Amino acid sequence: MNRPLHDFPGGLRLPGHKHISTSQAILRAVLPKRLYLPLHQHIGEPSETLVAPGDHVLKGQMIAKATDYVGAPVHASSSGTVVDVTLLPVPHASGLDAPTIVIETDGEDRWVDRTPITDYAQLDLSDLRNRIRCAGLVGLGGAAFPSFIKMNPGPHHRVRTLVLNGAECEPYITCDDMLMREQPQAILRGAQIMMHALQADECLVGIEDDKPQAIAAMSAAAAAFGAIEVVPVPTRYPAGGERQLIQVLTGKEVPSDGLPPDIGVVCQNVATAAALQRAIDAGEPLISRVVTVSGGGVRTPRNLEVLIGTPMHELIEQCGGYHNAAQRLVMGGPMMGFSLESDSVPVIKATNCVLSLAADELDVGHATLPCIRCGRCAEVCPASLLPQQLYWHAQAKEFDTVQSYNLFDCIECGLCSYVCPSHIPLVQYYRFAKTEIWAQERNKRKADIARQRTEFRAFRLARDKQERAARHAAKRAALKDAGAGGTRQAAIEAARERAEQKRMEQTAELNAARDAKIAEVKHAIAAQTERQEAAPTSKTVDAVTSSSNRETPDNQ
Amino acid sequence: MFAPETASPHVAQNAGVSRLMLDTLYALIPGIVIYVVYFGWGVVINIVLAITAALTAEAVMLRLRKRPLRPFLLDGSAILTAVLLALALPPLSPWWIPVLGCLLAIVLVKQLYGGLGYNPFNPAMAGYAILLISFPIEMTRWTAPNTLIEQGLGLFESLQFSLYARLPDVVTLDALTAATALDSLKTQVGLGEPVAAVRATSPIFGAAAGTGMELVSLAFLGGGLWLLYRRVIAWHIPAAMLVSLAVMAAIFWGWSPDRYASPLFHVAGGAAILGAFFIATDPVTTSTTVRGRLLFGAGCGLLTYVIRTWGGYPDGVAFAVLLMNMAVPVIDHYTRPRTYGHDTGRGS
Repeated sequence: MNRPLHDFPGGLRLPGHKHISTSQAILRAVLPKRLYLPLHQHIGEPSETLVAPGDHVLKGQMIAKATDYVGAPVHASSSGTVVDVTLLPVPHASGLDAPTIVIETDGEDRWVDRTPITDYAQLDLSDLRNRIRCAGLVGLGGAAFPSFIKMNPGPHHRVRTLVLNGAECEPYITCDDMLMREQPQAILRGAQIMMHALQADECLVGIEDDKPQAIAAMSAAAAAFGAIEVVPVPTRYPAGGERQLIQVLTGKEVPSDGLPPDIGVVCQNVATAAALQRAIDAGEPLISRVVTVSGGGVRTPRNLEVLIGTPMHELIEQCGGYHNAAQRLVMGGPMMGFSLESDSVPVIKATNCVLSLAADELDVGHATLPCIRCGRCAEVCPASLLPQQLYWHAQAKEFDTVQSYNLFDCIECGLCSYVCPSHIPLVQYYRFAKTEIWAQERNKRKADIARQRTEFRAFRLARDKQERAARHAAKRAALKDAGAGGTRQAAIEAARERAEQKRMEQTAELNAARDAKIAEVKHAIAAQTERQEAAPTSKTVDAVTSSSNRETPDNQ
Repeated sequence: MFAPETASPHVAQNAGVSRLMLDTLYALIPGIVIYVVYFGWGVVINIVLAITAALTAEAVMLRLRKRPLRPFLLDGSAILTAVLLALALPPLSPWWIPVLGCLLAIVLVKQLYGGLGYNPFNPAMAGYAILLISFPIEMTRWTAPNTLIEQGLGLFESLQFSLYARLPDVVTLDALTAATALDSLKTQVGLGEPVAAVRATSPIFGAAAGTGMELVSLAFLGGGLWLLYRRVIAWHIPAAMLVSLAVMAAIFWGWSPDRYASPLFHVAGGAAILGAFFIATDPVTTSTTVRGRLLFGAGCGLLTYVIRTWGGYPDGVAFAVLLMNMAVPVIDHYTRPRTYGHDTGRGS
């Protein structure tokens, strides 16, 4: 326990509001009449449905398969009949509808055949990863990144340290806390399997020190596992940010344009570890998770074990219903979560918290004043950015300058907005600037391709013209030769031969040039499509890394 | 059933701009009380006139600029500017000194640059500097502390002086005024007298600096520490300014204690404490980076010492702050912090 801890810049101790949902043990939520399972619950491409209305499905049966490397299958959370596959509201910041499989449950909750793995160590590492993939496992901390990819750092990376994230730094959320108190064995067993998959030497479990019971339970259980160490970390938001927790535990910074494996670290959430243990030891795919239902707008806040696909209003009902003061429904925490327009949307894999905030908890009614340059935003920024400068240049739409202030290193933790005495919605400005820059880059790629096409068209027209001119010249020459007298027939023959020869030479040349040009354009189009396909998946990781490289001269 | 789409974060700290300004005003109160006790009702009259002028100017300018009145009049920034400017003025001033100073500060220095948050110069100090250059007689006619004069002016008499430049029959202006400690020290030392002798002969010098003024400074120090405790201001600027002032003073005092005053005299004297905690910390006109604030504060301290010791004005805080205001864009540019994950010494 005497591991030297490191510090991350900025951060702030926030009012936790954690105790309101930790007085009762995790309760298994009631089986809902209908389950709503969106095809897209993870970072990456949407999955493809394997069922049609009328099909009977069993609990744990795969009902949608991944279509891409970055993707995850979806499983039926309970047995029943598929009644619809259609566009329905889903919990997403965009507020748009998305394809969803609707299952009417039969109440039997009958499992599909499960195949537990008795000795994972005997399994080939790629088979192990495949099991994790087929179980539909994604990061349960909120980002929902497919877990098997993190288990595969590639041949160029030697991962020494597995960091297990039990920090849970967002106010109100306690699902990881309760899980660590109640199921430390499952979490640590999952961590052990992860360590094996990564061939890691050690595992550090970072838990914020405002969770003494979780720390005690995990430490007690960890004694039986070698090389796993539970490390209490100071409670300071956002200590649970992946990059911040890695910095606190190892003192190392993940390069701005890189990922944790670049410094020999992989970070996973504690709930993901528990789900992984279930997937391997019990053969159960990811069909349920612990969800915190909290906030001043809920009568009896608590944690529920919820089947993925359960409508959120059912959880609220099981927690005593809304308080009169309930004003805003948020999925996730108050700092980084997004507000929902309706409580009929389902719990998805990324739903760690359903928060109903009361009027007096919300940041409402503050008029936005001009920035007074107080610099509090810079003091609390965990990425050591200058939020005020970013705001200034984002507002002026000076996107080059914004990037030179490292906009894409912003993790949108929300602290700058939280402390701003002028109540400027700073994070919104950064999101706006990021979206604009992505759009500009897409447009630029489109324009590049259009330009290449126009250039090729001009080239083709010029070539045709040249060919025509050549043909005419040959004809004229032949006629002229003939007119000069002598052996007319022979002259024509000779001229035709010369012209033919010349044409063949020219066409061969032009064909070669054209083929090269076509290949070039095709390549550009292919590259563009690839990038476009990659774009939505890489919202958090790839886009950040690709864009942050582009340093531009400072305009200041 | 729920409020339309709203972006994270959904919660916020309660401290608003007006809260910060009000806290700063509260922190000034002990210093003001002692100031009034030692230097008379003129201080209060200056403050009242200044606040009235500042709010009027602010309202007129906001109206002309078609900006909402309520949020900007209530944010407290104009009141704070007025109070800081009034505290920098000689307690016995004609009424038009605080009024004109506030008009200049609010109209010229603040609103013409875009109002709250946009002014590059500290309005109170810029207003003070313009007054000092334009009206050197009125601006250097300092009231002597009450302990040194036979009979001070009451509230009514002070008001009469302010409005009509009229004094009670038995009192002359000379009897009420005296050179400040900083000023008389500079003059006497300039004539070749050693510092110790100067300080021993005149009752204007107290234990640490000027009589009365040193206690006012002490009270301002208390208020400043309370602001630090309340996290209204950060420690960087006050600490850097006072340390650099003290270090400068210590170097020259150590070299020649007869010609240069002690660090304590410089820190406790004049407007050093008020400047360090209340003026140089004005968020709008200081550097925005942490390292930048250390530089800003250090520059203020250094320039204050230079102007006090070799400049033509008795105190240097106002000019030091204004000069450093000018340097802020450069300081900001060169003190950007290293972003997380950048230049970690490993390529990728």
